[in-house]
Parts: sequence; C-alpha cells; structure tokens
Amino acid sequence: MWCIYLFITWALLSSLPQMVGVVGLEVHAQIQSTSKLFSGSHVRFLAPPNSLVSHFDASLPGTLPVLNRRCVEAAVLTGLALNCTINRKSLFDRKHYFYADMPAGYQITQQRVPIAVNGMLVYSHFEGRRRNQVVTKSVKIKQIQLEQDSGKSLHDDEQSQTLIDLNRAEGQLRVDANVSVHRPGEPLGVRTEVKNINSVRHLAKAIDYEIQRQMEVLQSAGKVLNETRAFDSKSGNTIPMRDKEGLQDYRFMPEPNLPPLFVYESKASVPAGVDPAQVVVIDRLSAQLPELPSVKRTRLVETYGILQEHSFTLVNEDGLMDYFENVVQTTKAEPRKVIGWVIKELMGNLNSQNLKVSQSPISPCALAELINLAESGHISSSTAKQVFQEMWKAPEKTVGQIVKEQDLWMINDKEELQKICRRIVDSHPEEVQIIRRGNKKVLNKLMGEVQRETKGRTDPVQVRAILEKMVS
Amino acid sequence: MESPTITASRSVSRRGEKRFHVEISKTGGGEVVAQGLPAWLSTLSAGPASARGPESASPQPPTRAAPNTAQTCRHLHSKVSQALRDGRVSATELCRKCIDQIQRTHYLNAFITITGETAMEQAQRADNRIRTGKPLGPLDGIPFSVKDNFCTENIKTTCASKMLKGYVPPFSATVVQKLLDQGAVLVGKTNLDEFAMGAGSTDGVFGPVRNPWSYTTLYREQSTEDPDSDWAISGGSSGGSAAAVAALSSFLALGSDTGGSTRNPGSLCGVVALKPTYGLLSRHGLIPLVNSMDVPGIMTRSVHDAATVLRILQGRDERDSTTVQAPSTPPSLPEHFDIRDICVGIPKEYHAPGLSTDTLAQWSRVAAMFEQAGARVQEVSLPHTQHSIVCYHVLCCCEVASNMARFDGLEYGHRSTIDSSTDAMYATTRHEGFNNVVRRRILSGNYFLLKSNYERYFVKAQQMRRLITEDLKNVFRSGIDVLLTPTTLSDAARYTDFIQEDNRTRSAQEDVFTQPVNMAGLPAVTVPTALSRRGLPISLQLIGQTLQDWKLLTVAHWMEQQVNFPMIHLHGDSDERKLDRSVRERTHTIGS
Repeated sequence: MWCIYLFITWALLSSLPQMVGVVGLEVHAQIQSTSKLFSGSHVRFLAPPNSLVSHFDASLPGTLPVLNRRCVEAAVLTGLALNCTINRKSLFDRKHYFYADMPAGYQITQQRVPIAVNGMLVYSHFEGRRRNQVVTKSVKIKQIQLEQDSGKSLHDDEQSQTLIDLNRAEGQLRVDANVSVHRPGEPLGVRTEVKNINSVRHLAKAIDYEIQRQMEVLQSAGKVLNETRAFDSKSGNTIPMRDKEGLQDYRFMPEPNLPPLFVYESKASVPAGVDPAQVVVIDRLSAQLPELPSVKRTRLVETYGILQEHSFTLVNEDGLMDYFENVVQTTKAEPRKVIGWVIKELMGNLNSQNLKVSQSPISPCALAELINLAESGHISSSTAKQVFQEMWKAPEKTVGQIVKEQDLWMINDKEELQKICRRIVDSHPEEVQIIRRGNKKVLNKLMGEVQRETKGRTDPVQVRAILEKMVS
Repeated sequence: MESPTITASRSVSRRGEKRFHVEISKTGGGEVVAQGLPAWLSTLSAGPASARGPESASPQPPTRAAPNTAQTCRHLHSKVSQALRDGRVSATELCRKCIDQIQRTHYLNAFITITGETAMEQAQRADNRIRTGKPLGPLDGIPFSVKDNFCTENIKTTCASKMLKGYVPPFSATVVQKLLDQGAVLVGKTNLDEFAMGAGSTDGVFGPVRNPWSYTTLYREQSTEDPDSDWAISGGSSGGSAAAVAALSSFLALGSDTGGSTRNPGSLCGVVALKPTYGLLSRHGLIPLVNSMDVPGIMTRSVHDAATVLRILQGRDERDSTTVQAPSTPPSLPEHFDIRDICVGIPKEYHAPGLSTDTLAQWSRVAAMFEQAGARVQEVSLPHTQHSIVCYHVLCCCEVASNMARFDGLEYGHRSTIDSSTDAMYATTRHEGFNNVVRRRILSGNYFLLKSNYERYFVKAQQMRRLITEDLKNVFRSGIDVLLTPTTLSDAARYTDFIQEDNRTRSAQEDVFTQPVNMAGLPAVTVPTALSRRGLPISLQLIGQTLQDWKLLTVAHWMEQQVNFPMIHLHGDSDERKLDRSVRERTHTIGS
C-alpha cells in the first residue's frame, strides 16, 4: 500500500464569503503486487479471511519485515508519473497505536523521509452551462510513502465480538480528508480528519459538509476541535469517531529492522558489489512508464482532430483509446466520424449493460466494417445504427450477413426510387396541395413517409430532389 | 522536574560529575594515549599472575592453577566430532549423557524445556549418517542448547515470561535452523531474564539460574552455608545457556547479546562467549529486545569451537534485511600466528570504580602476557564510553516499548479473562503477562518516545551513540587491532547479594564494560582467564573491528592458550568427569 498526500484549496459558496476551506487528502491505494509490502504472502481479491497471512503478517514474535522490491518500483513509478522528486534514500518509521487490526501495535510507514516528495498533478475538468469548457488545474503532492496496510475489522455487535481479517485491505482506494477553514492570508484553521472515505462522490460530499459545518461553528463563535470524524453516507454528515479520543501521540521512531532504502539514478550509479538486477533503478523504471493521460489526450486531439472532451472519455475508459485507434486504422472514415460511433453507440451500449470495453460483443474490426459500409453509401447512416444494435445482439454474424438477411441494402436504383416517391405523392394529395401553395416544410413529412416505406434504405438527398420535382 | 534519565545516570556514573545531558562535544574521542602497558596496569602486573586482593595475606595463591590436562580438553567439538566419526563414541551416547547431565544438574535451573525425545531421534539420525560416512559437517551429532528467546518450530518458546507461557512457534530461528541443518542435536531451551531484560538471569518467571561454579568443591569448601542458600548468580540474561555449557550439559549454546547478555553470563560461568559483529548473524526468529543492537551470541568451551560455530552461522539471510555478506573465512583458526603483529589497546576509561582487585589483577596479568610475547600494548581513550549505559537505557526502553506492543493477548500467548472491553483486555493481559521489569521499560520507553520528549531523549541518545561509535572507530583507525578489557566488574555475585538492588541498577552496573560494543555493533569475545579467590571464573573481553570477527577469535585463541583456565569439577559429581575424561582419553588415543 502507498499513501499520497495532496493539498488543495476547496472553494465553497458560503455565508462567510471571505472564508475558504483548505483540504489535504491522504490517499491510500493498494499496490498491484502479487505479494505484500513486507512479507512474502500473497495478495488476492476476495480470498477467504486470514488465508493469506504470513508469520510476519500475524506479528509472530521474532519475525522481521522484508521489503518487496516490486512495491518500491510501483511507488517510484507513481512518483515519476506525479512529477515527484524521488528520494535516493528514504527511511522507514514505526507509528504506534493499539488497534486490533494492527497486530504489531505499530504500523511501518515513511514519516520522516518518504520515497517521493514535492510532486504535482495537473488535471482538467469541465465548466460552463454545457459542461464543455475545459479548465486545467493543478494540485500539489506533498509526499508518496510506502506504508504497511492494516487488517480489516468486522464488528459483530450482537455477540459483541470483533473479527479480524489479516489478509489486509482488498484493492480499494481509501481517502482521509483533512479539512480546515480560514480567511486567506491568515494562519490555517484547526483541522479535522474525516477518515476512511471510499468513493470520490462521498469524498466530495464529506468535504462540502465539513467545510460548511466548520464555518457554521465559527460563525456561532464556537471552536473547531482537532478530532477524527467519520462520514456517514446515509445522512451525508460527518460525525466524531468515538474510539479515537482526543489527539493521538503516535510515538514515531525509526524502524530498526529496515535499513535505509536506496534507489539509484541509473545502472552506472549502482555501487560496485551491488547487483543492479536486485536494486531499484530510476532510469529503468522511467523507460517502463506508460504514456501518461495528459500526453495521451493531447496526442489524440492533435492526431485525430477530435474534441478535447472526447479525449477525456477515450483516456478515462480502460481500453477505449485502443479500441478507437484500432477502428480508425481499419476504416477509411474520418476519425471525427469514428469518435461518434465509439462515444455514442459503443459507450452507450456498454454503460447501459454495465460492461467494460474488453467485454464489448462488437470488435473494433466489425465496427470498422460497419462504418465503411455507411461511408461508401451501401447502407444509410440510420440503417447503420440499426445494424449496430443487431450486431450487438448477434455478434456471431458478420455485418454483411445482417444487412443481407434483413434486406437493408441502400436503394440506389433511380427508377425504383421514382416509383416509391410517386406512390407517396399520389397517396398524400392534401400535403402536395399545401406544398404547392408554398409551405415547403411539409415536404419533410413526405420524406419521412418514404423513409418509413423503405425502412431508411434511401439517401435523403436523392429522395428530396425527386420529391421536389414531382410536386413542383 | 527531575527526569528519570538524569536520576538513572547518577546511579551509573559513579564518578558523579557527568550527567547525561552534557553538551555533545564536536571534538572526536578515541585516541591512543600512551605507548606500552599503562602504569596503573603494569604496577599490578608486576606481581604474580594471580588475582590476589590487597587484603589477602594468604601466602597461597588464591587463583587455582589449572590442571595440566586442561589444555587438552579444549577444542571439544573437533575432538568430539572426530571421535564421533571414528566410531569411538556415538551421537546417541553423547546426547544421552548431556540429557543425563541436565537432569543431574537440574538444581541449576538452566533449562526451561528439555527436548530429550526429539534430541534422541536427531542423534539417531546423526549416527546413521556418520555410520554411512556422510556426516553433514563438524557439528553433526553435537548436542546444543538454545536460549528460550529463539523461536524453535514445534517447541515451546517462552522468553521466561508468563506472556508467552505455552507459546509454540511455527518456525525456527535462522541460527537454530542452521545448526539443525548441520545435524547438531537440540537438547533443550535455556532459562533467561524475562524477555532478556536483565544481567543476572534472576528475573524470569521460571526463577533464577545458579552458577555451576558455585557447586564446585572449591566454592563449597569456602562456604559455611547450605548449597541451597549460598550460591552465585549465573549472570545474564543468557544465564541458562552459559550454565548449560559450563556444566557440560551442552557443547555449545546460543545466547543473545544486546548489552552484554551473552558475554556477561559467559564471563561469570567461565565459558567462551562471542558476540559477533551486528548483522553477521541473522536475527530472524530471535524475539527482539533492541533490534538495532541484538545479536545472536555463541557460547562454547573453547575459542576454536566458537570459530567453528561462527563459520556455520554467519552470512546474509534474506529474512533479515540487516544481515551482511560474511567475509571469506578460512576453515579453521590459524595454527601459527605471530602475536607480535598485533597491537592491543587498553582503554583507560575501563579502569572504572567498582572494578574488583581480582579482575584488575587478571587484566593486568593478561596485558603483560601480550606485552611479554611481543605484542604492542597501548593505552587508549574512549571518552564517550561513560555515557553509553544511560544512552543504552533510553534506546533500549524505546525499542522495548515498541517491540512489546504486539503482546496483546489476541493472536498468541497469555490472554486475560477480563474482557469487558478490548482496551480492558489489553491492559489486564499486559499487566498479568509482563513482570515489573518489562512493564517499567515499556512505560519509560513510551515516555521517551512522546512527541514532546523525542528530541530530548531518543535523538540525543542516538547522537551520543554515534560519538561512542566514533571513539571506537578512531581507536581502530589509529592502528589498534583489538581492545583488551574486563568483561564484568567482578566475579559472580551471591544471589542473596545480587537481589538487594533492582534490575535497573544491576543492569547498569553489570553492562558497563560490555554495552558500548553493542552501541557500535562491533564483535567482542570473552575468555575465562582464572578463578577468583572464591573459586568463581574471571574473564576478559577482547573487542575487535567490524567484521573482523575471525581476527578477534585468532587473538582470543592465543590468549586462551596462555591463560590455562581450569576445568570445572562439580562438587560430589564424578560422572561428568567420567564423560569428559572418556572423550579426552579416547581423543588422546588417536593423537598418538
């Protein structure tokens, strides 16, 4: 697990317009690693309780922590991605407190010299009435630290028991928010810590509530207490936590069983006698760093001429960018046309069925084929959308099969089109009268009739031309 | 308010003028003060090589001369392992004799657990290997014992605490496993001070360990009291291990050494006790006292044996991140070694108040031996040493407070029946489980670690620790190879005298010569040199440079050969002599 500290100023409309909220976030994220930070035991989602506990995890006396290199590498990669300074030497500390899910009585963390410091995350969000104005902001990152995960407590109130699962937390993100309010230019106010918030939506609610609460306390001449609070998702309130009374003194001390953690700039800077394969080398990790989201988005906008807001969707949705680029490569259609298909049709269907991109029944190839048919005029664009839904239901069929089976090919034969239009004009004498009197809008109704008759298999431009001639 | 640290420092710093809260000087210490044997030592060394006290008017040298045969029974391992291989003695026979000896000397209270049955099975397997000519190594079939703060798979590991009574670890400490992998036969787990906190082996839940030397004819003849009331402490905290080796119940024993816990009882029980360089031996499975100072210790009856064991135990262990690669080590200590190449330092600060005349005389005698043999002997200064004990107590309490936090009665060990709340259960469990020595250290440690105290105690003690280390480094940088010092102030105290003072005071007194070495992580070995007038062992300590454990043992080996320390003869016990003699005599047969 690692822990990221962020500091942001939170703007909130309030009755005390001169006051602002200041928020620091402690983000706990689990490292995707097959084994734990300090022990060889495995990490697996939904493993039975206490099935993945090593002697060290259970704090058996005489066991010692052994740092997992994979976890250090993940922390360095995160540090690089968040523009942090990677400390070449970092230290481990013990943080003491008694809690049943922390069986050693202390947590190994990096309080004094963490692995990465002074980073910055640039992010964008949308503003404006249509939420299409991109606003870019940045948030400072104080530090990234490697930290041992605590266990999980389950309280059984009926039997007044607490059950502990030392497999440790499972893959989720957990955020503690430190919130205070003050007038800009004045010293920071007394902060509270809202602990264990587990979703972004709850985080925003908790912070809004807490700022509002603190402002109200100050407004009524009260005092904000330095305390830990919990977020109650039902009421949307924060409430003081009972079990952690007052201020804790964690009695930090250096972890004597872990020597300083050294990471090296390059292979050349690894000291003699140390196997470069056994240590963490920043250069090697930089090379492994994937294209970062902001770089991806810029590239997408520049290369394909798509809207910035679409670039966010492509990047945020796991696998969607690859899907999009795959389709673009296999179709002659403009990327700007492809993006519509991907964002509206594909994502629309995925979202409604709660599927991931990787679970899409329509492959990028199949979608490209469909788009090609529409582009070349073999099917109309409205038919294409219909075919898309058919493909979704029957992924085993090819685009061609579906079009043929349902007889959806475009009617390009001039004489046939003439016949159809004649039938429509003849059966709608009243409308024809109105058009002839000058109300050209009613022509659209006739066009709609043609579309209905042909199940959308006609080119509207051609149909309009024919109809105009007939009624003139 | 007077802080406990200041009070404590007064009780240890007998000169009284220095306090812990001194300005930390920028000037480095640790230099050679004078060439040649210091005057205060040489005047004494002019006398006979004995531990005569000034008040002693007896014409007879109080130090008993060693029997001539004493030399021949050193190197017990190599001789015994050779005897095993030659079929002159079997591993099962050896094991049986050790277990018999444990039972015969049960009054020493050296053992907490005797593993007779599994030991005999191990010995049987060793015999099978030896018979087929495939012994695992020099320790195959050799009986050993282990201090009860090393984890042993499926064997109770108690730390002599109610807290861990009945605790059976699911794994063995690396050092224990290494011995087992070599075919050594574990005969039992030895007694200690609770969680190794003490210097007497008097403060454990299983009661005090008695010094085997207080059951020799020599001691008993001088005593007017009952053997059950007049006996000497074994020293501690690894007293059981030292007593086991001294009483011939084991050929080797593991102890742990944080402030002298291996060397102190080794010294008082007259065995060789090695505290290796910090990080050379794995601490995995050693239930910690002070992680940054703990080292598994080796106790044997000869320096040669200690070297054999060190060679097997040393080296990196991936389960202990503080271990280091062992320097390349020859198969055995050099037979021919020129002592004239060695420079011996005599730290003047070790000429401390309270040093007994017997011990001072031994120090003086051995220093003279080195000089007469052509070694260079120089007086050196370690100015910060005097602050070592008080710093040690701060650092020790802090780590103890932290390390003991895991004993909450939830996962293992003692759990109180009071369960009105989790907090109440923690509190009563810990109150019932720990003795007051442990509880006091936890309390002090938590006090020192409070945010508002951290700088004043922990940080300052760490700074002083660095200065103490620098002193020692400087001395070695100036060309000194080893330091020669007393190990303890005097021979073993009578139990009834020892318990007049509390554990804190005793630890401060007893660890004064041994503790600075742990601060600096250096190797040190104590070798018995003579018996005091009371018939109790007096030992001297040699301190070496980091990772120069082998060189240290080479010098210790030379010293051991010069001093003729006598064999133990337990009062009214002839069987042990039989065992010993049988091995010795058979060994002689091959020799000729």
